[in-house]
Amino acid sequence: MLPERAIAALLFFCSFLSILITVGIVAVLLFEAITFFGEVSFIDFITGTRWTPLFSSKQFGVLALVAGTTLTAVLAMVVALPLGLFSAIYLSEYAPDPVRRTIKPILEILAGIPTVVYGYFALLFVTPILRGISEDISVFNALSAAIVMGLMILPMVSSLSEDAMRSVPKTLRDGAYALGSTKMEVSIFVVVPAALSGIVSAFILAVSRAIGETMIVTIAAGQNPNFTLNPFVPIETMTAYIVQVSQGDTETGSIEFKTIFAVALLLFVITLVMNLLSQYVVGRFREEYE
Amino acid sequence: MAVISRADFERGRTRRKWTGRVFHGLCLLSVAIALGMLAVLLLYLLIQGATRIDWGFLTSFASRHPDQAGIKAGMLGSIYVVMVAGVVAFTLGVATALYLEEYAARSKFARIAKINIANLAGVPSIVYGMLGLEIFVRNLSMGKSVLAGGFTLALLVLPIVIVAASEAVRAVPPSLREGSYALGATRWQVVWHMVIPQAFPGIMTGVILAVSRAIGETAPLIAMGALTYVPFTPDSPFSQFTVLPIQIFNWTSKSQEGFQEAAAAGIIVLLAILLVMNVGAVFLRNRFQKEWEG
Repeated sequence: MLPERAIAALLFFCSFLSILITVGIVAVLLFEAITFFGEVSFIDFITGTRWTPLFSSKQFGVLALVAGTTLTAVLAMVVALPLGLFSAIYLSEYAPDPVRRTIKPILEILAGIPTVVYGYFALLFVTPILRGISEDISVFNALSAAIVMGLMILPMVSSLSEDAMRSVPKTLRDGAYALGSTKMEVSIFVVVPAALSGIVSAFILAVSRAIGETMIVTIAAGQNPNFTLNPFVPIETMTAYIVQVSQGDTETGSIEFKTIFAVALLLFVITLVMNLLSQYVVGRFREEYE
Repeated sequence: MAVISRADFERGRTRRKWTGRVFHGLCLLSVAIALGMLAVLLLYLLIQGATRIDWGFLTSFASRHPDQAGIKAGMLGSIYVVMVAGVVAFTLGVATALYLEEYAARSKFARIAKINIANLAGVPSIVYGMLGLEIFVRNLSMGKSVLAGGFTLALLVLPIVIVAASEAVRAVPPSLREGSYALGATRWQVVWHMVIPQAFPGIMTGVILAVSRAIGETAPLIAMGALTYVPFTPDSPFSQFTVLPIQIFNWTSKSQEGFQEAAAAGIIVLLAILLVMNVGAVFLRNRFQKEWEG
């Protein structure tokens, strides 16, 4: 029957579009990046530490931006990892059921707040507090952005880890209790190792999210591509650079404009690798019980 | 065999009990810090912005004078863009989910498509903005319009809709399908009369979540080229626009006194919209669950 087939074809076309999106992203980024690398050496791009495409003496060392991204992402994880993991252990092992069912959705609110709101909070609330503690801290700095970013990705770590911990069978815990373990010993030596693949994959996803995060770092971390790991001075991340160029009146087709596609391509590759890694960890190291 | 004295055993047990308590405290503290920060964030915003919200704020355009600035252009822009994004993401997302779950389940294509969708969900949002700039704004000559912005956000939230719709479709009991097939229904009749109505609340929950993600997005629209200063409301899908988050971003970066209060007030409005939408999603989800139980 024709209508049946036509409908099936239409539905197929729609689902095929989702694959076309990936193709489109890769094609768009590659197309502009290739013309960029026709003018700028790839080696200079990937090994250089000075990034000044918007100045008259242009340098295209992307490591300055990569350093900014790495710094904020690592610091954000320093905040989100322990807080998220301990929260997950609390929710999975300690909290009575009604408490868990109340707290978990409240924690997840943190993930639903728009990032521009976090940017505001970082710049106008956290930064003044940090500057009150130490005068060495600039108005724009990686630390403030990273702390707030850590708060943003915390529910990602805690929710996904908690899901993994709760899927650990009760019999494993009972066995450890029967041997005289305390609740902490059960949590640390039984539950966490058994749920490790889920926890690690949650961490990797959170790092990937932190690397791609844009508004917090744009607002609070500055627009100075410093090749530094000092969290007190202004820096610039890959994402913040893309915003900076998009907001300015850079001519389309100019070399300055093409830089954002080269940067975005690098960003895309890094996050793609991390997402694939996260899926691989879940699939490969999953402890199967039952 | 090592033998420990009773005193050693008691000491060890007391120590372990106390480390356990400290650990419990540490876990509680982590949750408290997270919840505390959320409370501080919300309270700070309320203190900064609540007094700034009035009718004039909602109905005025942006201005050089912070006390006259309003969010009319941003709010209407957000509503239009998100409506386009919602309709497009709903249509494409549901069609995709139906194809992958009902028509091509367990096929190689479905497996590849699902891996692809999982990866699309992890692509940084700003990359979608650049895709939108190249495809919609430049190649399809839509300009930096409401339509281009809506399509860009639709692609960004599409994975959310697909995942939610797939889950809703999978949750429809096979017995319903089998009953219809037994009566001679075609595949599309089964999907249209059985699967879609049953899965609808779940699908709508996903769409609401997707739209509430879209409404808070700033970076992709900036990368796409949305304006920051718009002294008019969009009058057609091809009109230029700004959105509320961009307006907030713009005010946040201004050092001039007064704009930060306006930004906080804008944030409160944005969060209020999000709250309403999420309450709607929770409401739908509860109804959904009750229907199965009843």
